[in-house]
Amino acid sequence: MKITINNQEYQAKSGQTVLEVARENEIKIPTLCYSEHLSITGACRLCIVEIENGQLVPACATPVSEGMKIETDSEEVYEARKTVIDLLLSDHPLTCMTCEANGDCKLQDLAYEYGLEESSYGIKEAPRFEIQQENPFIVFDPDKCIICGKCVRADQELQCSMAIDFSERGFKTKVAAAFDEGLGGDESSCVFCGLCVENCPTGALKYKPAIRKGRDYDLRKERTTCPYCGVGCQLELQIKDNEVVKVASIYDKDSPNPAGEACVKGRFAYDYINHPDRLRKPLIKKDGEFVEVSWEEALNYTAERLQEIKEKDGPQALAGLSSAKCTNEENYLMQKFMRAVIGTNSVDHCARLCHASTVAGLARAFGSGAMTNSIAETADSDLFFIIGSNPTENHPVIGSMMKRALAKGTKLIVADPREIELSSWADVNIHQQPGSDVALVNAMINVIINEGLHDKEFIKERTINFDLIASTIEDYTPETAEKISGVPAEEIRKAARLYAKADRAAIYFAMGITQHKTGTDNVLALANLAMVTGNVGKKGAGVNPLRGQNNVQGACDLGALPNVYPGYQKVEDPAMQEKFAEAWGIEPDTENGLTVVEIFNEAGKDIKGIYIMGENPVLSDPDQNHIKQALEDLEFLVVQDIFMTETAEYADVVLPAASFAEKSGTFTNTERRIQLVNPAVESPGEAKPDWQIISMLASKMGYAMDYAHPAEIMAEIASLTPIYGGVYHGRLREKTLQWPCPDRRHAGTKFLHEGEFARGKGKFHPVTYLPPAEKVDADYDYIMMTGRMLYHFHTGTMTRRSAAINAQEADAYVEINCKDAKRLGIKENDRVKVTSRRGEVETYARVGDRVQPGQMFMPFHYAESPANRLTNPVLDEKAKIPELKVTAVKLEKIS
Amino acid sequence: MENYDLQKLDPIIENYRGKAGSLIPVLHKVQTEIGYLPIEAQKYVADSLQLPYSKVFGVATFYTQFSLEPKGEYVIHVCDGTACHVRGSTDILKELREQLELTEEKITTDDLQFTLETVSCLGACGLAPVMTINDKVYGGMTPEKIKNVLAELDGSDQ
Repeated sequence: MKITINNQEYQAKSGQTVLEVARENEIKIPTLCYSEHLSITGACRLCIVEIENGQLVPACATPVSEGMKIETDSEEVYEARKTVIDLLLSDHPLTCMTCEANGDCKLQDLAYEYGLEESSYGIKEAPRFEIQQENPFIVFDPDKCIICGKCVRADQELQCSMAIDFSERGFKTKVAAAFDEGLGGDESSCVFCGLCVENCPTGALKYKPAIRKGRDYDLRKERTTCPYCGVGCQLELQIKDNEVVKVASIYDKDSPNPAGEACVKGRFAYDYINHPDRLRKPLIKKDGEFVEVSWEEALNYTAERLQEIKEKDGPQALAGLSSAKCTNEENYLMQKFMRAVIGTNSVDHCARLCHASTVAGLARAFGSGAMTNSIAETADSDLFFIIGSNPTENHPVIGSMMKRALAKGTKLIVADPREIELSSWADVNIHQQPGSDVALVNAMINVIINEGLHDKEFIKERTINFDLIASTIEDYTPETAEKISGVPAEEIRKAARLYAKADRAAIYFAMGITQHKTGTDNVLALANLAMVTGNVGKKGAGVNPLRGQNNVQGACDLGALPNVYPGYQKVEDPAMQEKFAEAWGIEPDTENGLTVVEIFNEAGKDIKGIYIMGENPVLSDPDQNHIKQALEDLEFLVVQDIFMTETAEYADVVLPAASFAEKSGTFTNTERRIQLVNPAVESPGEAKPDWQIISMLASKMGYAMDYAHPAEIMAEIASLTPIYGGVYHGRLREKTLQWPCPDRRHAGTKFLHEGEFARGKGKFHPVTYLPPAEKVDADYDYIMMTGRMLYHFHTGTMTRRSAAINAQEADAYVEINCKDAKRLGIKENDRVKVTSRRGEVETYARVGDRVQPGQMFMPFHYAESPANRLTNPVLDEKAKIPELKVTAVKLEKIS
Repeated sequence: MENYDLQKLDPIIENYRGKAGSLIPVLHKVQTEIGYLPIEAQKYVADSLQLPYSKVFGVATFYTQFSLEPKGEYVIHVCDGTACHVRGSTDILKELREQLELTEEKITTDDLQFTLETVSCLGACGLAPVMTINDKVYGGMTPEKIKNVLAELDGSDQ
């Protein structure tokens, strides 16, 4: 349709608002309460425009109609807007001099534009409210609030934490958390994502750690990718001098967080970048003490020692650990270093401890080990089946997107031994026994087939081996599964029916599925479930492993695994050996290398030296005492990291690396999206990006690696890695890409296996239930699970060096059920000792009903109470992932 | 409130469970039951109706008929509508505050006998200035009459 704005004709679509059409055509209409990401309230009245008959209407809330005539700049409009600003100013402190928002305040801009130095209704002499800041993250000054409600809507509609709402009314109206106890109050559900601050048009909401660190015009800004979980949020680092002082939002439709979402880690845990503990100089251990040395000395020494072992014991005596925290380019170089310079396939990384079983399972079933669908498709699903994953804590931005979908009617099944936040949103809420997943999922398939709810056409056209599983699952009636999993048979039936009847059912899973002796079987069972109902290869469905680290997907993609070259090209395939031999000019190792846990098992025996980049196995790997012994048994250990980690303490050489904020490269997020990482600050001291360090070391060892920039490394990756074939930094500056992206013209792939599986036909694998390796007995009478929590990340090297995060969550803990606590006489915050067959740990008790009686949960982030001193290194045969989720322990109160 | 058994609210909440728009009627009934809306009761209602605490608190503080503080045995509503205002309701209010040692912020006496609130219009402009104490209407008020009215209530209380 056609409409007229300021006497000029414009095209508009039915359903658009006047404001949308105006903005599309770059006609300026001021707003205070409007955001394209939020619902419309028309509260601020700033976007007033004039339509026929001199009527003044809010542009944001007025739909266009054919032939509409609109004036955005008439005298009446001007006067109306001026009156609104005048009224707002009458209750707003004129303290711009010291206000954090000075230079970045919509109200200030409008007052300037309309020439209002102060309100004609008088000046607000004294504050009417108290400033609320009883939390480490966000300061709220209600006197600066204009009650536009953007923060309330951002909280309720995007973040879905329901932490704030309007309280009181009239002149006393104030945005408040529950019972006006502040965002940090006991009953507050705020998770400190910062979206309210980002949406605030004035200085009412501000980041506490950034106070007096500089105002908008003082700050340099750089877009980059978050260094925490696998969601891969795009963030804006704001920098003053050489320090990141604030993390703001990026709004990009083509990103995993289009509405500028983040979580507390991405938003606030950045001060580790500039932390005094950062490594500044290379270190060599001389007589048991670390001594600062030059790069030249450190590299020469490292090259000599590696060369010595290689010559004495052969290349297989060396192993490398790459890093899911480092860029794609660096992971590529690390595995190239191990394969080309050293000559071994023994290169692995912590994906072994998280999703090795996913890669193994999904590759077998579908032909590709990655998340099948995209994050944005949470909006398209009719049902989520979340099993062994706690999205609102571990992938918070995806957790919020799920809540948005749930609010609109998407159904939910949650299966988790613990009561996670999403459990309370679930239509079917299941608490299976740890390690009973195969029985549970098989029983769901049993119900689906017996009740004829399976997708016969999909099974016939798209898959093979259905008969095999059909016979296997006959044994898994819901009643049998009830005995194994503790889940009532009727609940299993309900879950099965709900899942099967949904048109687009999406499975989401994480460590609760993978970190088991039967991890690969667990994944295969889920793949079977999805294929039985035809839920693969379509939008809003799929089997979706949520990857834990920022670049764990990329580290796997680029071949930091002992059995594959970049792009999952098998090292035992002669054609691939030939391809890489030629490309790299080497004599390739033709056998699969050792995995993480195997490397440590062989330390001091077949493995003499290890090169570790950005990993901290002393905290992340199972059975800590064993890992420590293994590190001591090595002849030579090089650790390249940004901090002196618990692992680096054991090193002979420590090389100081650059953090994500100090280098270029790319990360690949959980949905296979490749995104740029951009340098924002200079590295401290002599720290260097990992790609440079590896290149220098390779050159010292006589293998030339001359890359001027990571973009050149990516070009080499593209030439050798079909799934990254069209990925170049130049393209990524325009648009992020999701692999497979085979060539420069390919736009990337939103969801996998459409029309055909990566392996051709989807393959059913019959799997049978096997109990976990450890059982409770008279001595060890509880089952302990490990995991993560919202505020901390992995081994805590980053988040525990954030002052704000640590102020919120300082101490390690173990979750205990209130019934067990009562029986043992343990109260909240009591000191307790948890003992397994491998070690003991002291920590604080957290008593409640998140875990079931007989079970415990301990986050593994804490060096002083390392959960992994207790865990069992028993491995999944197929994927070599240890069983971190089931450890038999005993619990005692420390008096 | 200290020893109030919140489960006594279950029959009230039961009728509204799962129904949209039930928060206000439930809060009403809870207030009738307890006399006001203590935070513990708000939490109980929120949990029962599966509503966010922030929402329940927002609604409980929005409407003047809800109170988060215990109210006195006698709730005095002084009308401050246009007619009453013109005919001297401010003086009535001032006198009541003086007599009861209350202020704009402190509206309930320490002995929980009186609560003093203003309302916008009681719809009895013919009796202006007017006030109500619980359900009884007192028309044509003057500051002089206040003492007697209060004394009368004090007396009936003993």
